[in-house]
Amino acid sequence: MSYIAKPKVAHPQLPKNDLGFTVRDYEGAMSTLCAGCGHDSITSAIIQAAFEQSIPPHRLAKMSGIGCSSKTPAYFASASHGINTVHGRMPAVATGANAANPDLYYVGVSGDGDSLSIGLGQFLHAVRRNLNMVYVLENNGVYGLTKGQFSASADLGSKAKKGETNQQPPIDPVQTLVSLGATFVARSFSGDKEQLVPLIRAALAHRGFAFIDVISPCVTFNDHEGSTKSYTFTRKHAHVAMYADYVAPAKEIRAEYAAGAAMPVTLHDGSRIVLRKADGAYDPTDQAAAFSYLTKATAAGEIPTGLLYLKTGRPDMHELANTPDVPLATMAWEKVCPGSATLGKIQDRFR
Amino acid sequence: MTSSSPGVGLPPTDIRNPDYFHKVVDCQWACPAHTDVPGYIRLIAQGRYTDAYLLNRKSNVFPGILGRVCDRPCEPACRRGRVEEKPVAICRLKRVAADHADESYRDQLPKPATKNGKRVALVGAGPASLTVANDLLPLGYDVTIFEALDVPGGLMRSNIPSFRLPAEVLDREIGDIVGMGAHLRLGHRIESMKALLGEGYDAIFVGTGAPKGKELKLAGRDDDPAHVHIGIAWLESVAFGHIEKIGEKVLIIGVGNTAMDCCRTSLRLGAKDVKVMARKPRQFFKASPWELEDAEEERVEIVINRAPRAFVTEGGRLKGMLFDVMEYEVDARGRITAERVTGEQFYPADDVILAIGQENAFPWIERDLGLEFDKWEVPVVDPATFQSTRPGVFFGGDAAFGPKNIIWSVEHGHQAAISIHRHCQGEDLRDRLPDGQNLQTSKMGMHEWAYSNNYDPAERRLMPHVSLKERFQKLDVEVELGFTAEQAAAEVERCLNCDVQTVFAAKLCIECDACIDICPVDCLTITRNGTEDDLRTRLTAPADNRTQALFVSEALPQTGRVMVKDEDLCVHCGLCAERCPTAAWDMQKFTLHHPHAIDHAPAPAAPRRFGT
Repeated sequence: MSYIAKPKVAHPQLPKNDLGFTVRDYEGAMSTLCAGCGHDSITSAIIQAAFEQSIPPHRLAKMSGIGCSSKTPAYFASASHGINTVHGRMPAVATGANAANPDLYYVGVSGDGDSLSIGLGQFLHAVRRNLNMVYVLENNGVYGLTKGQFSASADLGSKAKKGETNQQPPIDPVQTLVSLGATFVARSFSGDKEQLVPLIRAALAHRGFAFIDVISPCVTFNDHEGSTKSYTFTRKHAHVAMYADYVAPAKEIRAEYAAGAAMPVTLHDGSRIVLRKADGAYDPTDQAAAFSYLTKATAAGEIPTGLLYLKTGRPDMHELANTPDVPLATMAWEKVCPGSATLGKIQDRFR
Repeated sequence: MTSSSPGVGLPPTDIRNPDYFHKVVDCQWACPAHTDVPGYIRLIAQGRYTDAYLLNRKSNVFPGILGRVCDRPCEPACRRGRVEEKPVAICRLKRVAADHADESYRDQLPKPATKNGKRVALVGAGPASLTVANDLLPLGYDVTIFEALDVPGGLMRSNIPSFRLPAEVLDREIGDIVGMGAHLRLGHRIESMKALLGEGYDAIFVGTGAPKGKELKLAGRDDDPAHVHIGIAWLESVAFGHIEKIGEKVLIIGVGNTAMDCCRTSLRLGAKDVKVMARKPRQFFKASPWELEDAEEERVEIVINRAPRAFVTEGGRLKGMLFDVMEYEVDARGRITAERVTGEQFYPADDVILAIGQENAFPWIERDLGLEFDKWEVPVVDPATFQSTRPGVFFGGDAAFGPKNIIWSVEHGHQAAISIHRHCQGEDLRDRLPDGQNLQTSKMGMHEWAYSNNYDPAERRLMPHVSLKERFQKLDVEVELGFTAEQAAAEVERCLNCDVQTVFAAKLCIECDACIDICPVDCLTITRNGTEDDLRTRLTAPADNRTQALFVSEALPQTGRVMVKDEDLCVHCGLCAERCPTAAWDMQKFTLHHPHAIDHAPAPAAPRRFGT
């Protein structure tokens, strides 16, 4: 943390987005996390992606639970909505918020403890509902706020700062979500914004549950030799399985791709993701193939990154529930709550 | 994963070369005397005015004088002027140090050592000669200053009006130097270099300035010579009380700083309607913007695009001047590509003052002394040693390379004093000490720095002026009142502490991006190396100011990429260093060692250091 807040002074020639905002307009309060925390880099990538997507800050809703990761929504987009919920319960609250107003961009930020331990049930069911949100899991393999115990994502055999070895197998959120048929599953690294920012942009454009597992080293408790979530280890073992270039709506695909190597996928808003295979055999739109690839790569000690599984066109929660087009939040009160007489009539139907 | 081999790219920046960090301190680099500006501003902030004065004096010798009338090359260079609009009021803060330093500063001036038996003659008692005296007296030299006028100071005294530079300030700072034991021969014009050479001095320094105002040879020039004045000669006559009046309508020809002094002086001698006539549009004016502002505040009219054609007289009495009305074509880079005359216009005048430049004049130097002059009758002087073609004779100030300004004269004086010392000791003039640097961490604790690192968004303070009515009462009412304590306290916080350098240790970096994310002005980037042209297109924020360096680190341990810093807009807030988990960044106070004569002298005359 720092005693002084980041000064408001900015580079005079900062680029502006379609709304006339600079990237500085998407910043939040000063981070109180440890200096060098991967989470701060992810915050910065979210800021950059929201800026590049020209999202009006007041159309963003930031959702989080409890943990170091869950503090970070305070550090971006001050001018947006947000709620810091109970530990592991962010998906339920996000579901409620989304049910009331599907027109906002929901960005959930969670951690490996919040999502894979106390909140695992909540997390997986939000995936099943295909809740339209971006879900960023800041994954550092330890419980930082409680001084560095292994979390549910700690790898077998990885060492804690004080030397003990983890003996329980990890929950791999990427494999878990691919097996569940999540519609957008990606993995990245806090130290690689060139990859992370386009992924967040694509996730924001994706309709449905867009999940990004971001390896985010804990500089205080998990950045030592023997850690499998350190900066050094991640850089050594990360393996790009699939490049994903984000192309905004109405923009031409400029880059030249070799035939067969690139696959443009159009999203519902007209933007496109150009998937480029780093590994010839891999098809990120084939669930079984993707799952097989990921299990093998992980067993071989690799950390596959990139957009690892993508399924467009699956109905999201509102389509599944057949909700009206007008958000409940803006609908006339008499329509949302037609009164006890109408309730009585509905109840009568079940008697 | 981005990883890349070092490949083709810039070599790591050599921060051991003192020039690299010196250039980052824009003000200090721009100052001919390399005054430690951020250093003295911090001392003012701490209320240590006397220390601030002494730190100034070490480089620029005349803080009280220069705090009022310096050409301030530091201010256009100031980084604050790029980050926002207006630079720090560096010059006027210098005056704050001079105004508030207590008399005890004199106890800390270098003490004259025992005489070393060497005699040096200085011709002219202007800033260059006085600086030479200031540097040589403490080393034990016997210094004699010859001055044609009855008072010392040179053009500082005769050409700068007292409403800008009061006589007391001149007397005090010149007195400090003469008080070290110089022999000051006033009213003693040197008429012959040959004769002076015959007097057996070990070295002679010529600091006679550029005392000749340029003439404007146009029709009618000599028809009424009593009402057509040469600017610098006229200012001198005013300064010494020989001229006390001028006509109601005055035209000033030329638009440099001398013209500004002439127009403002005219207003104090009874002129009611003063026009400054400029040949070209405003962007081509030679006068400093603040001098133009001060003149316009006094209701002087500046007329552009008027080229003088003839003086108009009637019956031997000046009536005015005829001008060509000019029109210019300016290209995209701001240069004039064509000019034409579109008409003519007459401007009535009772007096005309010519302020179109000045020249050196050396009628007193015989041409058979082995002292070469070039085709413009300017002596041939070595730009590093300031020695003429005759060993033992040195030139400095305007006398050396034509009109510049006081602060350049001071630096010439410092350099000439080194040469004179080495000459007198029989040492090679070219074997001079190089600039050196000292870097010391500013870290005081987890989040504590030895400087005020937060960015203060305050705007530049305005200098309070005496009211128009009051200032015209007398010739010597000083117009600028100086900053109040509150103004000074606010202005010092605007300084960005550019001397507290961001020093990077590549081997400690884990490439977590923390510094890049926190930098308020986006000056940091981790990327693969490349040529400068290439790198400048790949940085976090636009890096179009090529006058400012890019710092490039050694290859980083994990990916082989490099850390690049665009020095242009760094506000030296230290957040990169605070956010760095491995202390790869540190904020280190840079101190320049720019050697003077005293540093060339054998111990025990070690340089004094003031403040940190």
